[in-house]
Amino acid sequence: MAGFGLLTGCGSPHMSALDPKGPVGETQLDLINLSTGIMTLVVIVVAAIYIYVVIKYRERPGDDKDEIPEQVAGSKKLEILWTTVPIILLIILAVPTISTTFRGTDREPEPGTLRINATGYQYWFGFEYPDYQVSTANEVHIPTGRKVEFLLAAHDVVHSFWVPSLGGKQDMNPGRTERLILQADEPGLYEGECAELCGASHATMRFRVIAHPPAEFEKWIASRKQPKSKPKTEQQKQGHKLIAQNCIGCHAIQGAGYDILGRTGPELTGFSHRTRVAGALDNNRENLKKWLVNPQKIKPGNRMPGFDHLDDKQLDAMVEYLQTLK
Amino acid sequence: MATLIILIVFIMFLGAIFTGGYNKKYLQRMQDNWLWEWITTVDHKRIGILYMLGGGFFFAVGGLEALLMRLQLMFPDNQLVVGDIYNQLLSMHGTTMIFLVSMPVLLGLMNFAVPLQIGARDVAFPFVNSLGVWLFLFGGLLVNLSWLFGGAPDAGWTSYATLSLNEFSPGPGVNYYVLGLQIAGLGTLMSGINFLVTIINMRAPGMTYLRMPLFTWTTFVTSALILFAFPPLTAGLFMLMFDRLFDTHFFTLAGGGNLTLWQHIFWIFGHPEVYIIVLPAFGIFSEVISTFSKKRLFGYNSMVFATVLIGFLAFMVWVHHMFTVGLGPIANTVFAIATMAIAVPTGIKVFNWLFTMWGGRIRFTTAMLFASGFIVVFVMGGVTGVQLAVVPADLQFHDTYFVVAHFHYVMIGGTILGFFAGLYYWWPKMFGTLLNEKLGKAHFWLFFLGQHLTFFPQHFLGLMGMPRRVYTYMSGRNLELLNLLSTIGALLMTAGILVFLYNLVQTLRMGKEAGPDPWNGRTLEWALPSPAPHYNFAQTPRVRGLDPWWLDKYEGDGKLQAAEPLGPIHMPSPAYLPFVMSLGFFVSGFGFVFHSWRVGALGLLVVFACMYIRSFEEDPGYHIEPEELKGVES
Ligand code: HEC
Ligand SMILES: [Cu+2]
Repeated sequence: MAGFGLLTGCGSPHMSALDPKGPVGETQLDLINLSTGIMTLVVIVVAAIYIYVVIKYRERPGDDKDEIPEQVAGSKKLEILWTTVPIILLIILAVPTISTTFRGTDREPEPGTLRINATGYQYWFGFEYPDYQVSTANEVHIPTGRKVEFLLAAHDVVHSFWVPSLGGKQDMNPGRTERLILQADEPGLYEGECAELCGASHATMRFRVIAHPPAEFEKWIASRKQPKSKPKTEQQKQGHKLIAQNCIGCHAIQGAGYDILGRTGPELTGFSHRTRVAGALDNNRENLKKWLVNPQKIKPGNRMPGFDHLDDKQLDAMVEYLQTLK
Repeated sequence: MATLIILIVFIMFLGAIFTGGYNKKYLQRMQDNWLWEWITTVDHKRIGILYMLGGGFFFAVGGLEALLMRLQLMFPDNQLVVGDIYNQLLSMHGTTMIFLVSMPVLLGLMNFAVPLQIGARDVAFPFVNSLGVWLFLFGGLLVNLSWLFGGAPDAGWTSYATLSLNEFSPGPGVNYYVLGLQIAGLGTLMSGINFLVTIINMRAPGMTYLRMPLFTWTTFVTSALILFAFPPLTAGLFMLMFDRLFDTHFFTLAGGGNLTLWQHIFWIFGHPEVYIIVLPAFGIFSEVISTFSKKRLFGYNSMVFATVLIGFLAFMVWVHHMFTVGLGPIANTVFAIATMAIAVPTGIKVFNWLFTMWGGRIRFTTAMLFASGFIVVFVMGGVTGVQLAVVPADLQFHDTYFVVAHFHYVMIGGTILGFFAGLYYWWPKMFGTLLNEKLGKAHFWLFFLGQHLTFFPQHFLGLMGMPRRVYTYMSGRNLELLNLLSTIGALLMTAGILVFLYNLVQTLRMGKEAGPDPWNGRTLEWALPSPAPHYNFAQTPRVRGLDPWWLDKYEGDGKLQAAEPLGPIHMPSPAYLPFVMSLGFFVSGFGFVFHSWRVGALGLLVVFACMYIRSFEEDPGYHIEPEELKGVES
């Protein structure tokens, strides 16, 4: 599985809106820059007048204290000037605002757009690929250079879906479906986060977008369709059993021979490929064990109970098994 | 219930101990006590001071909450306050600063100065005025008691459904929020109506609308905004309260409710609210800048026009808080354009201020320092406001630290600097002394630099991907340094506030006599002795133009022109009912927070009893005879 080198994170993940890696984010950055430019101009003009006035007209120690400056009522010309100039500046800003807003939304997706259903839960994200019958959680894989239409929903409270380096956010509203189109031009890891206060662990409700060149993306899809979930060693078998006893009411693991595919927690199929545990910790054996022992410490208020009543061996067995899921 | 009776007895007991035992004169002594005088006061000046005291107390509380949050964010993965506690802090900080600090301190200055500025002896409804301040104080107290009993609200000051519903916020926190704000909001609504009536009816002869001082104008427009913005809030809070207490389904999906409805209602109130707390500050700056530049306000008419226009537009922009909800491009662009339009009247104001200073003789007293500092901070906050209106860009800005930076720039720059400017400016008229200027300047610089250091880096934090309302952030994403700087800035601001408190104490102990007109003022209040006598004007003044006191000084004989001969002055009598009535609301609210219908009903009973008494009580007021006045005056 060397093809998934990216998954384990070469190069640091992208997170800044100032360094967009796709057309949506680029357009938005253009507007951020345009508005910043115009507004900087305004600030400079005001600052120049301000500094001049403050220096020139301040009372100095030697000044005649009783002197009264001329009581000016106003000036039509000046007032018209500083009413019209801002209007012009605002028009310059409004035109691209309107055109871009209409361009960005409410158009049927172009053919070839990849559809992904994304659902926000307290405090994780679930993803489904309806065209491929594949699903995953907390890490969503997309092909580069292709538009991706996210269909956003929320399970409990309002969340907001935001990948700063790919484009702006869109709220996920319970009971409604919203659309957000993004595209990544370069392969890489893109940090995503929930941007609407959604409860105690809102701060750690994070996800990742992982963009692959199209061929590798197809490979990933294929591997998801045939997940390798069978335990091999004795320890893995024990883990497999323990998970059947403790976890599958909430978690789904495809292809492992379980009768139940739990839906209240994130899907764990192919878990060893995840770069993080619950969006909060790097994915390794130690952290995974930490998570299983006390998830509340890592993400306060989340819906997973701790398993500190299991002994070390049992925990290790589950960790071992989860880390072989491919 | 029992607790309540014990409390009342305990208070009476304390009263007895401190004043000399129970005996026949107990009641009499209680009534002469200074505390009783303040509790029953209907004097607009004292009520103003009460508002500011209350606001000041809550400012300390809200400030501490902010400081805790900044300390938590000082380093990544810090463990000082995390999870739900952090959410309680951020919810209470916002709620406190908006409802219990910004509005009351400004209402305090409005109460103190507006009747003086228009040459009136009091507001139109002194009783209602007193009711307003006590409702605010008890409402604020109720919200803050949540820290002690059951946990604070944790769904943000915006309390978006469904997070604020029982299912996701099961504690009593949001109940406190709903009921406390309902009570405080009732008080604010009354004040708004009161000011409208006062300004319309009680201006001195000759003070036409276009001769009103700008602070009076902004108070007028603000009051109108309160009148139209608070009813939606009241309705929204009631719906949320019913959803939480009586299982209705205004905002629950399963019951056919609509959770976006809350967002609309909240922001239909919430956006005008922003102008409610910034317009009075605009008024203060206009007064201060004109006084300390020794010039009349440049473009007075356009200033008035701009204020009214901002007031209108304030109601047409609420969706700019909801660009990411997914309301569609038409709604988003319409509201974007309306939002941008607000920049025009605001720009007019800024330039008028600058040109008031132009050609003047600027004295940099502390009040003027705050006013001129405001221009810098507010312009920086205003321009990011326009940027936020650019919908596609806002999709990146929204709900990030960029927004946090923006609204702190406008609210600290506008409201808080405005309040300080106003306080340093009117303090002599309130207490007859001058606040220490040296300490005042130290206060200004620490606070001003601290605020920039705190909030300027936050613009970049937002753009670099840090959402707001998070208790932690990832290390290794270049967020560490900026967060550290921001926290240091918050500490600087705290230092500034400490200097300010020290200044207050020093001045109250041994402040310099101010004299009636320490700043060479322009408006009527500066013609009065300092502190202003409780009946304000011995004779109602006659107003001959804008800046009447200035005209009397420089184009008259230096004495305030009177519109009437000296005669007896009718004064409203003190009233204890507002306090009792607010206490009733408080008890009722507390009962409802914990689903105790009996205590809730008991409190409301007290309220209705007070209303009944008030309706049938005769309150002729009393008169101050001219002889008494002369005595005070000389
Ligand atoms: C009551 C339901 C429930 C049970 C039982 C449960 N979990 Fe979870 N689990 C969750 C939820 C909910 C989350 C998501 C937490 C979050 O991020 O907010 C989660 C998250 C996780 C994650 C991180 C997933 C990711 O995408 O990074 C792992 C791993 C995990 N659980 C393993 C287990 C194991 C192993 C067990 C059994 C020992 C178990 N869980 C039992 C509900 C449950
Ligand atoms: Cu969320």
